[in-house]
Amino acid sequence: MSITRDEVAHLARLSRLALSDEELDHLAPQLDQIISAVAQVQEVAADGIPPTSHATGLTNVFRDDEPAPCLPPADALSGAPAVESQRFKVPRILAEEP
Amino acid sequence: MDELIMKTAAELAAAVASGEVSAAEVTAAHLERIAAVDGQVRAFLHVAEDAAAQAEAIDGKRAAGEPLGPLAGVPVAVKDLFATVGMPTTCGSKILQGWLPPYESTVTRRLRDAGAVLIGKTNMDEFAMGSSTENSRFGPSRNPWDLGKVPGGSSGGSAAAVAAYEAPLALGTDTGGSIRQPAAVCGIVGTKPTYGGSSRYGVVAFASSLDTPGPFGRTVLDAALLHEAMSGHDPLDSTSIDAPVPPVVEAARHGDVAGLRIGVVTEFSGDGYQPGVMARFTEAVELLESLGAKVAEVSCPHFRYALPAYYLIAPSEASSNLARFDGMRYGLRAGSGSAEEVMAQTRAAGFGAEVKRRIILGTYALSSGYYDAYYGKAQQVRTLIIQDFDAAFGQVDVLVSPVTPTTAFRLGERVDDPMAMYLADLCTIPADLAGNAAISVPCGLADEDGLPAGLQVMAPPLADDRLYRVAAAVEAAFTRRWGHPLLAEAKGLKGLSSQ
Repeated sequence: MSITRDEVAHLARLSRLALSDEELDHLAPQLDQIISAVAQVQEVAADGIPPTSHATGLTNVFRDDEPAPCLPPADALSGAPAVESQRFKVPRILAEEP
Repeated sequence: MDELIMKTAAELAAAVASGEVSAAEVTAAHLERIAAVDGQVRAFLHVAEDAAAQAEAIDGKRAAGEPLGPLAGVPVAVKDLFATVGMPTTCGSKILQGWLPPYESTVTRRLRDAGAVLIGKTNMDEFAMGSSTENSRFGPSRNPWDLGKVPGGSSGGSAAAVAAYEAPLALGTDTGGSIRQPAAVCGIVGTKPTYGGSSRYGVVAFASSLDTPGPFGRTVLDAALLHEAMSGHDPLDSTSIDAPVPPVVEAARHGDVAGLRIGVVTEFSGDGYQPGVMARFTEAVELLESLGAKVAEVSCPHFRYALPAYYLIAPSEASSNLARFDGMRYGLRAGSGSAEEVMAQTRAAGFGAEVKRRIILGTYALSSGYYDAYYGKAQQVRTLIIQDFDAAFGQVDVLVSPVTPTTAFRLGERVDDPMAMYLADLCTIPADLAGNAAISVPCGLADEDGLPAGLQVMAPPLADDRLYRVAAAVEAAFTRRWGHPLLAEAKGLKGLSSQ
């Protein structure tokens, strides 16, 4: 067993996924199987091999900082679930004072 | 079938440019075809309401004597992860259902500028995660060769639309094989360009270091025409390569392998490969030899670790990229309570099972304590795979392999067996990890099931034109041998057209 149901539940919380018990029951053994399979990468002797995060070899890409038009507020807000005073309206983000 | 839908994109563009046919007639014929068959194929999630208006605008430009682009009047179906103003962009997900992007992707902007008619948005596995379209939250697309089989994925809707003559061209994206595998199992041509050769701006991100937009066509030349029109440096994508587009159309017009050094990847055969697929592959290699290519076997010892490395790297990047879908600024918002509770409930309701699996897998691979053993190790394997390619391309000009180990599988067959589904990408992943260019071109039908198999050709970065030289030669020689294009043998397609 490479990953337990409790670990999957913890990862789901970290990922902000409110999984049901049924989903956890279903996903945990599948993830266990997948992780056992992908762990094959650990067989590779890779000491001293540099990691590749990106294949192009590009490093930092700079451009001149020139003013240009950007998305008008109405367009930027056009897909918002809720809007108030030209802003994204969201549920409370801080708990009440105890 | 209406003869206009049977024409290639090259023929349609020429006919529109010469005035032999109007863009409006071309678009109308394809809309009619979609109306007739898409209830069965289910390639499209959305058909453009303004398709006729787009076509009329092209006809207006021609009437006014204005210059026409290279794809003027040619319908193009667009995978539903390219942001398109005026058309919803769902990425096959409930979390983006009904979302109307406020901006246009660079690739679709370029196609509009080239005169293409964006005829609709095609079905896909949710967030491009899958090999069958069965992970679409809006139901699977069907393989036009056999409606009981999958069209491949994740760009399965695009491949099915082109194979079913609903559009001559389509856009896809390839992260682990999502253009080449559906092209192979639908019997058409599909290309993964060099990473950075086509812009990711306005493409919903799955795994940013791998995602590569690319073309589908029924012919090699058609794929090249779309490849050229969509490609080129884009300042809006910082990973876009600032180099000229390789001369792919020129190469597609002059298929030739005489003297070309071709390497057969020895690792891609054996257990798990359908005999009929291997037979067609071997035949294609013999054909290349008979056309004057110098064929040698080449070993790429680390390719066997490409699949596990990919299923660590891609989910890791996805777990980070998909954090933006939080129900706050766009898309679905579900549940109640604090913002954090709403986020967790929105994501639980909005994402399907495969997306959840990959987010959790990626979160695991990136978490402290596991990072070095999983994500870090996979990144080292990625280096070793690039080194394998470098060594191979020191000996040969291109590498060849099957595209995918089997022909199209049955709907439902692999739905609840993620590892079996992942194996569809076995041969395509190395080119994604290395950022190479690769193409899938039809090489015949497997004896067991009469379904298409594809030949994969891989070339070094920015040598995309080599793919088209080889693929055009293969296409011409096979078409001569068969006496017709492969799609002419699609019995399922005949069934569609008679209804």
